[in-house]
Amino acid sequence: MDNTTVKNRQPFDDYGSMEEAMAPESFREDKDTDEGQLFLTPWQMIIRRFFQNKLAVIGLVALVVMFLFCFAGPLFYPYSETEQFYFDKDTGEELRADSDSEALVSSILQSMIPPSKTHILGTTKLGQDMLSRLMYGGRVSLIVGFVVVLLELVLGIILGGLAGYYGKWVDGVVMRLVDIISSIPFMPLMLLISALMISMGISPRYKIYVTMVLLGLIFWTTVARMVRGSILSLREMEFMQAADAVGIRPRNKIFRHLIPNTLPNLIVTATLSLGSIILMESTMSFLGVGVGLPFASWGNMVSLVNDNLVMRDFPNLWVPPGLCILVTVLAFNFVGDGLRDATDPKMKGR
Amino acid sequence: MRQYIIRRVLISLLVLLGVSMLLYALVRSMPADFVTISTSTSTRMTDEMRDALRASYGLDKSIPAGYVNWLIKALQGDLGNSLIHARPVTEVISGKIGITFGISALALLFELLIGIPLGILAARKRNTATDYTITIFVFLGISVPSFFLAALLKYWFGFYGLNILPTAGLVDARAIYNGFSIAKLLDYARHLIMPITVFTFVSMGEWLRYTRSNMIETIGSDYVRTARAKGVPEHKVIYSHAFRNTLIPIVTLLGASLPSLFSGAIITENLFGIPGMGSMLLEASQKGDVPLLMAACMFLAVCTVVGYLISDILYAVVDPRIRLS
Repeated sequence: MDNTTVKNRQPFDDYGSMEEAMAPESFREDKDTDEGQLFLTPWQMIIRRFFQNKLAVIGLVALVVMFLFCFAGPLFYPYSETEQFYFDKDTGEELRADSDSEALVSSILQSMIPPSKTHILGTTKLGQDMLSRLMYGGRVSLIVGFVVVLLELVLGIILGGLAGYYGKWVDGVVMRLVDIISSIPFMPLMLLISALMISMGISPRYKIYVTMVLLGLIFWTTVARMVRGSILSLREMEFMQAADAVGIRPRNKIFRHLIPNTLPNLIVTATLSLGSIILMESTMSFLGVGVGLPFASWGNMVSLVNDNLVMRDFPNLWVPPGLCILVTVLAFNFVGDGLRDATDPKMKGR
Repeated sequence: MRQYIIRRVLISLLVLLGVSMLLYALVRSMPADFVTISTSTSTRMTDEMRDALRASYGLDKSIPAGYVNWLIKALQGDLGNSLIHARPVTEVISGKIGITFGISALALLFELLIGIPLGILAARKRNTATDYTITIFVFLGISVPSFFLAALLKYWFGFYGLNILPTAGLVDARAIYNGFSIAKLLDYARHLIMPITVFTFVSMGEWLRYTRSNMIETIGSDYVRTARAKGVPEHKVIYSHAFRNTLIPIVTLLGASLPSLFSGAIITENLFGIPGMGSMLLEASQKGDVPLLMAACMFLAVCTVVGYLISDILYAVVDPRIRLS
């Protein structure tokens, strides 16, 4: 390749033109031979910009650590979520709930013992290991976050896509539904639903599934608004005229041509809402609306603080779960913000 | 413009009708209603007496019939009596709303007073240590669970910590004040320090981020460069040229934050023992007080709808480039 062609090209930077970014496959292969020229696909550019953002990388690392702690941690940690521990008065040994029952009769429950070598964060009122509950509680929070976001994405993409593409009465109906749902005050609604669940006798084990579905049914509106908005503007673009001219089926036009174009925005929205859903779930669990005992959740673990004795003498029982929520939500927000900057360079640093 | 407003108001009415139907269905479908809960400890109550009570409260009708009944009365301005308080719901709500509104408005004031100047500062010192510090501060505020922050503050400053701030209520229970006095005002202030700190810290981030990103945009625009080129002093460029344009989205956001002024934060009010809308809603939903719940929730829904409407209209008022249609 001679010098003139290289000179004519603009040096590649974050604001490189779309032509370069979308260089055909044949150009990309010889990227090393092209005198320092580097060709990247749009996704490679996004990933590159993302990793240049320090806060985003810190967030990502924190998330990986959190995930390992919650999902891989219990595999290596000897105690389970609800197992209770006893203390043998005679021998001074610690007994587990599954030890033979004769020894347990004469032993005492290890209730709220301070942090020690065997129980790094101490034990709860019921003599359960705190660190192990922290791991299982994190599982709940993270799973709730992902399931709810998945639900709201599915609902939001389908309904927002239909509203944006068909317009007219479809748009009217969907958007009125969005208006109605977003006008209902959220906290009273959750309180009502929780009262409903308690009186219908739904067991704590299933309450969490109901909670997830409900959160999904409420929060799809943000996604729907966003998808509809971007489809309204994308619909007028030339590639859509081409799609119209070729005569593709509407379903393919929506889901193969329009939705993929909203993908960068969708990913950002999804990441940021992961953070807010986890915050929401923990708030609900704190109020006793979400995940119920005996199952652990970071939110219901912090709610122990309502007991003045626990607040004063046992910060090891309520500070760690609170910090876990803070770190996880913070990390999702850092990553989401980094993704936004990376997908939209114009927004960089704003 | 007028046509736009009329159309929006009509749509809003439709939305409110939908909201009220959904809410009524939810409120009434609780199997344990007010009568069951309030008479559960009494052994002398018979089922007949309970049914008679239900009839007198209007809880014996089916859900659709009850809804139509509620709607007709509500449209005539009669929202019914609260079952718990045995007073008209409007009276109950107006007794609580002052406290919540006062606290929320005060918190909003602090959010604006701290958030906007910090946002401007961050925009001016973009990509410096100051900017990063402010950004991390904002993210902390957005991400911290309000109940955890409240608990930490109580732990550090409350009775079991440094013991310098009261942790519950609005006034010292042992103090007696006759009429208005400075001492009473100070007592209120001392009780409100922690709740308002929580409110402010948690919701300040939004204002700050908005201000920052919009300031960065306007500072980079041509007319600001022109102003600088012709030698306008820097503080004048920032505050009277650039900041004026930043006000547009802030004013819009202000309209949309109207409902939050009345709804209160259930968690914060609950943790600090403030007798406002939040704790009223909590009690009403636990005891199945249908009229009170309906009235309070509908009031909040109206606030939300009106808030959106105001923010759209304000948008056109502050920015003459925007034409509503």
